[in-house]
Amino acid sequence: MFDVHKDLLGLKDLTAEQINKILDTAKTMKYILQQKNRKTEHLKGKSVVTLFYENSTRTRLSFELAGKYMGAFTSNITSSGSSVAKGETLIDTARTIDVMGTDVIIMRHGMSGAPHLVAKNVKASVINAGDGMNEHPTQALLDLFTMKEKKKNFEGLKVAIVGDILHSRVARSNIWGLTKLGAEVSIGAPLTLLPPEIEKSNINVYSSVQEAVLDADVVMGLRIQTERQKSGLFPSTGEYARFFGIDPKRLTLAKPDALLLHPGPVNRGVELSSAVVDGNSSLIDEQVTNGVAIRMAVLYLYTKGE
Amino acid sequence: MRILIKNGRVVDPKNKIDGVMDLYIENGVIEDIGEDLDYDASDLETIDATGKIVAPGLVDMHCHLREPGQEYKEDIETGTKSAAAGGFTSVACMPNTNPVVDNVAVVEYIKNKAKSVGYVNVFPIGAISKGLKGEELAAIGELKFAGIVAVSDDGRPVENANLMKNALLYAQTFDTPVISHCEDLSLLNGGTMNEGYVATRLGLRGITSASEEVMVSRDIILAENTKTTVHIAHVSTKGSVELVRQAKKRGVKVTCETCPHYFSLTDDAVLGYNTNAKMNPPLRSAEDVNAIKEGLKDGTVDVIATDHAPHHFDEKNCEFERANNGIVGFETALSLGMTYLSDTLSVSELIYKMSVAPSSILSINKGTLGAGKSADVIVIDPDMEYTVNVSEFHSKSKNSPYDGYKLKGKVIHTIVDGKFVMKEGII
Repeated sequence: MFDVHKDLLGLKDLTAEQINKILDTAKTMKYILQQKNRKTEHLKGKSVVTLFYENSTRTRLSFELAGKYMGAFTSNITSSGSSVAKGETLIDTARTIDVMGTDVIIMRHGMSGAPHLVAKNVKASVINAGDGMNEHPTQALLDLFTMKEKKKNFEGLKVAIVGDILHSRVARSNIWGLTKLGAEVSIGAPLTLLPPEIEKSNINVYSSVQEAVLDADVVMGLRIQTERQKSGLFPSTGEYARFFGIDPKRLTLAKPDALLLHPGPVNRGVELSSAVVDGNSSLIDEQVTNGVAIRMAVLYLYTKGE
Repeated sequence: MRILIKNGRVVDPKNKIDGVMDLYIENGVIEDIGEDLDYDASDLETIDATGKIVAPGLVDMHCHLREPGQEYKEDIETGTKSAAAGGFTSVACMPNTNPVVDNVAVVEYIKNKAKSVGYVNVFPIGAISKGLKGEELAAIGELKFAGIVAVSDDGRPVENANLMKNALLYAQTFDTPVISHCEDLSLLNGGTMNEGYVATRLGLRGITSASEEVMVSRDIILAENTKTTVHIAHVSTKGSVELVRQAKKRGVKVTCETCPHYFSLTDDAVLGYNTNAKMNPPLRSAEDVNAIKEGLKDGTVDVIATDHAPHHFDEKNCEFERANNGIVGFETALSLGMTYLSDTLSVSELIYKMSVAPSSILSINKGTLGAGKSADVIVIDPDMEYTVNVSEFHSKSKNSPYDGYKLKGKVIHTIVDGKFVMKEGII
């Protein structure tokens, strides 16, 4: 098994205390981020490598900048330009990176459990930047941070997550994190997009967006992927938008001061209408900023042990 | 060679024997069974089986020996060695080798190889369709004549119902049992483990029980409609057991088998992305496990087979989604039965399902300690408690989820054709 102190693989493995520690550290990091000279020495001499088997803008850049702001050496590997294209196995690739003196490997992979496999086989700390349908812990952490900044307390906080929950690692990490912190989570999706037996996680499950967002303090939209349409899970993005999209009218069902979140990138007009994306409730840009702060915190906490 | 096994509890379900007595073997056959047998001590090997169980050698009607073509994971020699260590004296190997067992040449190859290096009796199973492609019938008549004991496309379902219907009719023409791997591939959806809360927690796509049950239902209907016989392989769900139960009540000629993992593990075993808990059909829920046990108890499930599926370390030491399906099973099967079914089946019933029943379905005249029958005998120590250590497996592959498990009951002697292939646990 992997070591919770060495690797950040998912929020289901962390205690509420550990989650709060990361959120508190991120607060300090956000302060640093907002200074004119964003350079610290927390990670001086440390080597941080991102290993991405899937595309990314936000997450990868966010991690890279987080590392650089703290003085680390950073390097990026994507599967397409590497020996992975020659058929090298994941374990061999990870080991190669590991023995070059890497302190942290940040990885994103299309298969759930891939970071767990790597963590078992390398000395470096492994940070999961998204594995298949499983988890995206730093995304959920930045979502939690964003919620905490505005709402202070998670106990009893009503959070609605609407969209393709079944395929969303962001939704899952948020569900594990929020329930641990005492929030009341509701999810809304057509029945074909709900994970089997998810009600066992002690959340409210609805097949309508109206019921899910009713009275919510936080509304989170998730990206709908067109590949899902092809596999027969819903007939069209138009139909999805009509019945499950969040527009200003549906948002009024939530509390007046409700926050609107989305991990990005947004399919404008599908899961969120443009009005809502650019509206007053939207914290989408703030989330991105907070993402850098969270990743600075995570890099700090998972390397200082060495 | 002459062997006298004294004072053991002889359990011979075929002949309704269960009691303490002696068993005498001469010239490869069972010569005598009775109390206080007395034979000339010269050139006689005497085994004291006090407190032990003496049973017919086990028969496995579903295993993968990987030869020809995949010898890097197992071959006939190492596979049969592993079988002997588990108390199996006859095994029927599936045709998904490379090349596939869909022509006489491969059948001959397997038979000859088994004769020269095999430790136990090997009975080849032929393919239902050419190349296992599910398009055209394989030359079932020729294959039967060459020595196969059944046909199956195992590893794959026969997707086309009309082909399956014809296969049932054609195979019956040659008195050849059809073993069906029941799976509706369109319901697979990229699934790699049982659909349920564990899959949701792990972020893995789930395989619905319906995938198995839809095909079990189809094959029962086809057998019923054509008045033929069908054997359902590796039953894993509550629904499948119920379908077979109802079909049997109606008089449909259906039999089915399950495997030790389906009555001893649930999908919890996958937690941590344990690829040694990945197989097809997948491990299911506690409810399914209980239904399998009920099915064994009331006779719905006729056979316990191993589905011994060796895979190389590299094929399991990878991302869960990429890992091959299957676990080895010869060397843990009987012990798992004795440990996990002690409240479900008597020793005699357990041995029946692992020797008499499979032998009868395949018509191979094994699973018996009758006088004059070939001396395939095992001696079991029912009280031996031991910890499973996969590195000691005789198979080339060690892909088992049971490493470190404490089990009770182990085969200590295995005799094939009147000769010891395993004595005191040593091959």
